[in-house]
Amino acid sequence: MSTTVPAPVPVVVVDDHAMFRSGVRAELAASGAGQVEVLAEAEDVDTAVRAIAAHRPRVVLLDVHLPGGGGVEVMRRAQGASPETRYLALSVSDAAEDVIGTIRGGARGYVTKTITGPELVSAVRRVADGDAVFSPRLAGFVLDAFAGSIEVAQVDEDLDRLTEREREVMRLIARGYAYKEVARELFISIKTVETHMSSVLRKLQLSSRHELTRWASDRRLL
Amino acid sequence: MTSTSSPPVSPPAGPPAARPFPRRMARDTGSPVLGGVAGGLAAHLGVPVLWVRAAFLVSSALGGTGLAFYVGLWLLVPADTRFERSTPGGEAATRGGRRPGRVRRAVDTGPAVALAALAIGAVLVVRATLGGGAVFWPVVLGAAGVALLWRQADEAQRERWLSPSGRLDPVQVVFGTGGWASYARVAAGLVLVLGALVVLSVSGGTFGEARIALVAALLGVTGLGLVVGPWVFRLAADLTAEREERVRSQERADVAAHLHDSVLQTLALIQRGAHDPATVSRLARSQERDLRSWLYAGESTDDASLAGALRAAAAEVEDSFGVTVDVVAVGDRPFGEALRPVVQATREAVTNAAKHAGTGRVDVYAEVSPTSVDVFVRDRGAGFDLAAVPDDRLGVRRSILDRMERHGGTAEVRSAPGEGTEIRLHLPLEEAL
Repeated sequence: MSTTVPAPVPVVVVDDHAMFRSGVRAELAASGAGQVEVLAEAEDVDTAVRAIAAHRPRVVLLDVHLPGGGGVEVMRRAQGASPETRYLALSVSDAAEDVIGTIRGGARGYVTKTITGPELVSAVRRVADGDAVFSPRLAGFVLDAFAGSIEVAQVDEDLDRLTEREREVMRLIARGYAYKEVARELFISIKTVETHMSSVLRKLQLSSRHELTRWASDRRLL
Repeated sequence: MTSTSSPPVSPPAGPPAARPFPRRMARDTGSPVLGGVAGGLAAHLGVPVLWVRAAFLVSSALGGTGLAFYVGLWLLVPADTRFERSTPGGEAATRGGRRPGRVRRAVDTGPAVALAALAIGAVLVVRATLGGGAVFWPVVLGAAGVALLWRQADEAQRERWLSPSGRLDPVQVVFGTGGWASYARVAAGLVLVLGALVVLSVSGGTFGEARIALVAALLGVTGLGLVVGPWVFRLAADLTAEREERVRSQERADVAAHLHDSVLQTLALIQRGAHDPATVSRLARSQERDLRSWLYAGESTDDASLAGALRAAAAEVEDSFGVTVDVVAVGDRPFGEALRPVVQATREAVTNAAKHAGTGRVDVYAEVSPTSVDVFVRDRGAGFDLAAVPDDRLGVRRSILDRMERHGGTAEVRSAPGEGTEIRLHLPLEEAL
């Protein structure tokens, strides 16, 4: 998909570890030459908000844990200055609260820092195109969060459950399938897969299930 | 956040269906209406919170037992804040302000307003039916004041638990981190309690007598404060010092132990094996997995639960073959004899993928429902043609297939040259959870 869009995606990298920032920069330069362009870096919430307001990047690679209130705070405060910017969370933390919290805070996807360069580039492009990016782990969290008993008297029923198709897509992603493979497996187009994923993301962000916020810590006690 | 738990430690051996921990009730201080008692009790009993609230209200109206019960629980049941444990990395990030804090929404005031209206109604009903004696209004005022002060004590305690310093500041003990709400609560509570005293003394007789009674009461309180004050203050100071010291030494001990155990060892091994990139990357990968799970995931890799056992098996293969095995588990259940074949078959499948696929990556996905366990092991490697399988690999496959079938499950292999391989293990569970 690199050849279809000629202009590189402008990106801001936000992480409190300088070494990691330079690593990401080098990796994006190596695997994403011509596809991704790093405009600026930031190390905490304040500098991140300033950098986003100044550069208005298409995509922000956002660390979940940041001095000043975390990545969620960046998304909240930079919203006004640059509403078109999309966020891809990038974190060492696999804690469910962090992952779900960041997605509900507005991130379009979540990948861990062990992701390879080419995978990161393709994730950035995907987010820039307005699609959602689910790692297998995030898909697992989603299935877990929406699993089980759905109370009868929910406030908003459509948002509080996944359709059978969305569940299937999530299961395949959790099993490590790429989008292409998901599409082939379910006999649907890649575009349809992306539609399903965006819809799951929307449900994750808008669902009023308060269990969703409690679920993360409760599941550890099973 | 959670209200019914102690920290996640490995449960003791026992029947797998039994709940591993005795459940302990805690007041829900995260989003309380009054003292969080009803919320905590509802979570503890597993019933809707509305029922509990209704029960409290009804039994309060019928003779006041509910009220007494509520007050008693508020006094005695600990707030859930002290159970709020996260992983070391998560807690460190919270203390350092690198994670978002809790947000309170305006919606939360709705139930409080409703409750206040109900309380006023109840007061009026009681007054209409029983008539108010001399002590009626003072008691109502005093109770409201005490409730406000207790509520503030809860808030202050919650903020103290979340505070990074571990110090006990006398002002902080009363007001928490401040804010108009806490000042207003303390002021209103004091005014109500004092008002109750005033009303009580005024209703006794003339204003002159009331003044004498008030002065006497104030003198009594002041005297008590003088006697007990220094003692309380010293106790608080000692407590602060002890708390600070304990927090610091625990943190130091945790970090030191973990660094020594794992990271230093790995660094030493890496130095020794510096000439061999495969070894170095294997060591780095296993150390990374270890540190990550210690810091953030809170995911066990022991045999207490099925997901833990699968992760442990994956970690073993990871270490011996130098590949990356990612385990994603949805749902979980206690690990027992019945589940052993699934874990063994998974290990075989992962090993197989690690040996033959020729890629450095295997994905394991486990889905546990009350009626079955499904495990998918997938690689994107060479794959093979099922019809042209050489005998030795067929043998491995047989050991997976046969094992699963012997234990009432099924196994399915999907593969084609160049397409990678996926092995699906399915085990129905008869026992009801």
